[in-house]
Amino acid sequence: MSNTRLDQARDLDFKRQVEKESGQNLSACYQCGKCTAGCPGAQFYDRQVSQIMRAVQMGLKEEALKNRSLWLCLSCSTCSSRCPNGIDVAAVMETLRSMARREGWVQDRPIESFWKAFLDTVKYTGRSYELGVMADFMGRTLRGWGNVEIAPQALLKNKMPFVPSLIHGRYEVARIFTRYAEKRR
Amino acid sequence: MRFAYYPGCSGHGSSVEYEASTQAVCKALGMELVEVPDWNCCGSTPAHSVSHELSAALAARNLMQAGKTGCDCMLTPCPSCSSNLKMGRHRMQDPDFKAGVDELLDEPTPTAENGGADLMETYSVLQAITENVDAASIASRVIRPLEGIKVVCYYGCLLSRPAEVAKFDDPENPMALDNIMKALGAEVLPFAMKTECCGAAMGIPDVNIPGTLSGRILDAAKAAGAQAVVTACPLCHMNLELRQRQAARISGKEFFGLPVFYYTQLLAYAFGLPEEAMRFDKLTVNPAPLLGMIAARRDERMAAVIENNRKSAGAAS
Ligand code: SF4
Ligand code: SF4
Repeated sequence: MSNTRLDQARDLDFKRQVEKESGQNLSACYQCGKCTAGCPGAQFYDRQVSQIMRAVQMGLKEEALKNRSLWLCLSCSTCSSRCPNGIDVAAVMETLRSMARREGWVQDRPIESFWKAFLDTVKYTGRSYELGVMADFMGRTLRGWGNVEIAPQALLKNKMPFVPSLIHGRYEVARIFTRYAEKRR
Repeated sequence: MRFAYYPGCSGHGSSVEYEASTQAVCKALGMELVEVPDWNCCGSTPAHSVSHELSAALAARNLMQAGKTGCDCMLTPCPSCSSNLKMGRHRMQDPDFKAGVDELLDEPTPTAENGGADLMETYSVLQAITENVDAASIASRVIRPLEGIKVVCYYGCLLSRPAEVAKFDDPENPMALDNIMKALGAEVLPFAMKTECCGAAMGIPDVNIPGTLSGRILDAAKAAGAQAVVTACPLCHMNLELRQRQAARISGKEFFGLPVFYYTQLLAYAFGLPEEAMRFDKLTVNPAPLLGMIAARRDERMAAVIENNRKSAGAAS
């Protein structure tokens, strides 16, 4: 974990951009640390959520965007429900993750690949299909072998269907993804 | 009561027991579930992690499909689905956001008077049961009470959070499951970890995250004296139940051996519904010893009642 550097170049446009995209008022944060105190991801983070909030406030773009924490965030909204100033902190984390992705600063490839594998399954079948997602993910990253440990039980209890469900409207769903991809370009 | 019903993807895979027991319990409570025709995946965490607009578009298609059922609102057993569907609808109340989502869809969403999207509300099945059926009428249907077994209720993050979108129960100390379990005759212990995150879907990229977080939750449940954990979420169930051995290993504890039930399985059990309504066979942590204990306590209690009746009948004659 590194400290917030106040001597770096400040980019207040960046702060305004985050406020606009997340719909949150970052100036309201008075650094009480409550978000960090309750964050289940804290023990895995390389930069704590309240530090990230401070970095945004100060316009320290790289500090705010180049960290693994944005990918490790579990979207549990504990921070949002506890912030005494009513900031939807989890929404700020999601906004920052999108911005980091746009800058090409993805800090955790395996997690990004997992999401991609999941969304590809939805794109092509209309549903998510756990076994397919897991296999695709492991194939892409050669990671996730920890899941093999639970596979025998999952298979024994027939909890992982081998055949994905295909919905009639899957092309309609695929078009949602295609239009989204075109819009991003 | 008639509701559009969105089973969610895990209902067909890892949580068949949740799906079966939800259907059976709703039927018993007179809640008719009409499956949304050709529903699609809500996109879960990966979709909103990538883009709010993409997530809302997947929700919008489902909500428009749900409109075809002629019902007023939609129910889903899965908190992650209900959270996404609620959030999608909530964000689309903003006309600009709605316009962005409409660009992704084959057909734009209908427009309400305020300029936002006119789509139906989604509730979790737990919320619908809580708001439509009172605890007394649940208790009145119980023919096989839980005989005072000690349970903790684990809600996870998404059922009641974020509060202004979930609009259900208390974000820090929810009580809906506690109240149902009490009505079924369980002893519900206070539990500090009710809404602590279990690690969600992070297990696929990194088993250490749910391993550590779920290990802590199970350890606290055990320390509180719980004989079982009750949950309402397929993801939580996967982390606390299917991954229980893994959680113990990663968090450096002995295997907890704690059965983890969906609340609907216990409702079905207490209502005396048939085996297929519970699907206890799908659980990986063997619930048989605990179920045996409930049955033994029931036999004891019945024997005492019969004995008492015999005595008072004897005294009266
Ligand atoms: S809880 Fe709110 S005010 Fe406190 S540090 Fe976090 S964001 Fe800032
Ligand atoms: S939403 Fe993310 S940042 Fe907020 S408490 Fe949960 S894990 Fe931490």
